[in-house]
Amino acid sequence: MSAPALGASIALAPRRAPGLAASALLAVRLAWRQLWSEKARLASAIAGVMFACVLVFMQLGFRAALFDSATALIGAMRGDLFLMHPLTTASFRSEPMPRVRAWQVLALPEVERAVPIYLAQATWRNPENGTRRAIQLVGVDTDAGVVDFPGLAPLLDRLKRADTMAFDQRSRPEFGPVPQMLAERGPFEVQVGNRDMEVVGLIEIGPSFGADGNIVLSDVNFRRVVKERLLSSIDLVAIRLRPGADVLAAQAKLRALLPADAMVLTQAQLIAHERSYWEDTTPIGFIFSFGSLMGLVVGMVIVYQILFSDIAGHLKEYATLKAMGYSNGYLGQVVLGAALILAVAGFVPGFLVSALLYDLVGSATFLPLAMDLARAGTVFAMIFTMCAVAGLLAMRKLRDANPADMF
Amino acid sequence: MPAEAPVLLRGITFAYGEGELRKAVLRDVDLTVAPGEIVLLTGPSGSGKTTLLTLIGALRAMQDGSARVLGQELKGAPESVRVRLRRNIGFIFQNHNLLGFLTARQNVAMALEQDAALGERQRLDRAAELLGQVGLAEHLDKLPAQLSGGQRQRVSVARALAAEPGLVLADEPTAALDKASGHEVVMLLRHLAKSRGVPILLVTHDPRILDIADRVVAMEDGRIVGATAERNAAA
Repeated sequence: MSAPALGASIALAPRRAPGLAASALLAVRLAWRQLWSEKARLASAIAGVMFACVLVFMQLGFRAALFDSATALIGAMRGDLFLMHPLTTASFRSEPMPRVRAWQVLALPEVERAVPIYLAQATWRNPENGTRRAIQLVGVDTDAGVVDFPGLAPLLDRLKRADTMAFDQRSRPEFGPVPQMLAERGPFEVQVGNRDMEVVGLIEIGPSFGADGNIVLSDVNFRRVVKERLLSSIDLVAIRLRPGADVLAAQAKLRALLPADAMVLTQAQLIAHERSYWEDTTPIGFIFSFGSLMGLVVGMVIVYQILFSDIAGHLKEYATLKAMGYSNGYLGQVVLGAALILAVAGFVPGFLVSALLYDLVGSATFLPLAMDLARAGTVFAMIFTMCAVAGLLAMRKLRDANPADMF
Repeated sequence: MPAEAPVLLRGITFAYGEGELRKAVLRDVDLTVAPGEIVLLTGPSGSGKTTLLTLIGALRAMQDGSARVLGQELKGAPESVRVRLRRNIGFIFQNHNLLGFLTARQNVAMALEQDAALGERQRLDRAAELLGQVGLAEHLDKLPAQLSGGQRQRVSVARALAAEPGLVLADEPTAALDKASGHEVVMLLRHLAKSRGVPILLVTHDPRILDIADRVVAMEDGRIVGATAERNAAA
């Protein structure tokens, strides 16, 4: 009996399968219904993603704060060009150069002013309990207008007196309750190095990984504290050019003019130099990247576990769907949909908790931790990828759902 | 000219395993199911009836012979063709295999989600209508766990028929049910299939439901050993 071709598809009604978008939407809805039906498991999955999210936010936050704070001091310098010894790797550990370099650059007609800046660390005696701690000193002719620390302007006259200084109120609290004491009893004396110096006011810079606190004082007072330092030995020169001068051309001329013990840098190059010390020559940058990666791996394992056990626990149901004509691809979409739901559901609370922690940790460590949109976007992309990879790994389990075993 | 039979098997031979472990489960099976016919497949365990059902249901790749199901030759058909064919076959399993996290109505609607012609509203309406026909109008929004065994199996009958399949395949649909609800479920299945002219191929051990069949086919050792109880295909 040969089958007639006519009417071959008696019941095969020409059925159009839903488009990709419609079917993806249905798959995500199915994934959501499945996740929602087991709320305890959903909660633990979201907690896992949230944990990874917070971990990554904190690591990236610390990393950015480190780089921001490391350049806070340098970033407050105001100059068109700067001179620095080529062996200086970072401002907290600078290599001095002869002060005569600052006078040499005046040979160039474009240069209006060249101001020497002294950088060193000395010990500060906590005025409350007497403990000593290293603090960063910035010595500069405060009238020259080459440093711009908030709060400095009204203190300029007072800083001209002998043995006076301005204290960075964002320094770590281990230096003592200086702002409070200043408010209560006015200017008071603190031992810096081996000298009693008078705190006459407050400025704002912020601690870095190289220095827990800062004080700003005149170049003359700097010399009084750091006795072993010659006034003719300086750490940085801020150069102001005449209005309208070409910065890059001046930089090239100065390079030709100066001997090899002075680098000529623009402000951006100076900041980049400081930053690259922390990024490239310390393990700190790597540590934070590694920490982020660990967070993502832990999060991925958690999401994978949840998705995997969801599939393993519903193998019969998945096999039934396959028997009903659902393709492997569709079921893959369901698993990926679940992964992406977890990514979003974990990111939102993770973001909020991280923003809160930034505030908390920022005020505890005085590091400039702030939530910014670019970082939030980066972290979301990472979490999204993490969940998608976990989903793709878990999808392999779908192969075990064989509809032929259902009977 | 009569339309081609929904199921047309010629010389089906199938074996599991390789080499010395090779074990033949089907030997040269011929079987035809006519439009609207209800065929029961009986036989002892290991007689190959379930394997035959999975081959007809396009759940397993063919080895030897020819199987035309709903006009589609399955010999050598790739996975994608078989997946598409399954959308036109209603399956009823020994266990209900409903999705535990979906309500009765959502479970039935799942059978309709592969048809772009239907919107969400229509799918849910169709599902409700079918559940009404199997006597579950009161239980549309219950989860499978809230239904009795007989009720769950009735949901899976509704699901199997929802997409207007050209063929229904059932494997021991009454095995997990007591006599009364088992009989009720198969009578319902028979009624719905007859009213739509859908053929049913049903594998069973259960002598209590032989009376629903138009034809009973007995299998033993991978062969069809006899067709009995030819009855009138009365609706």
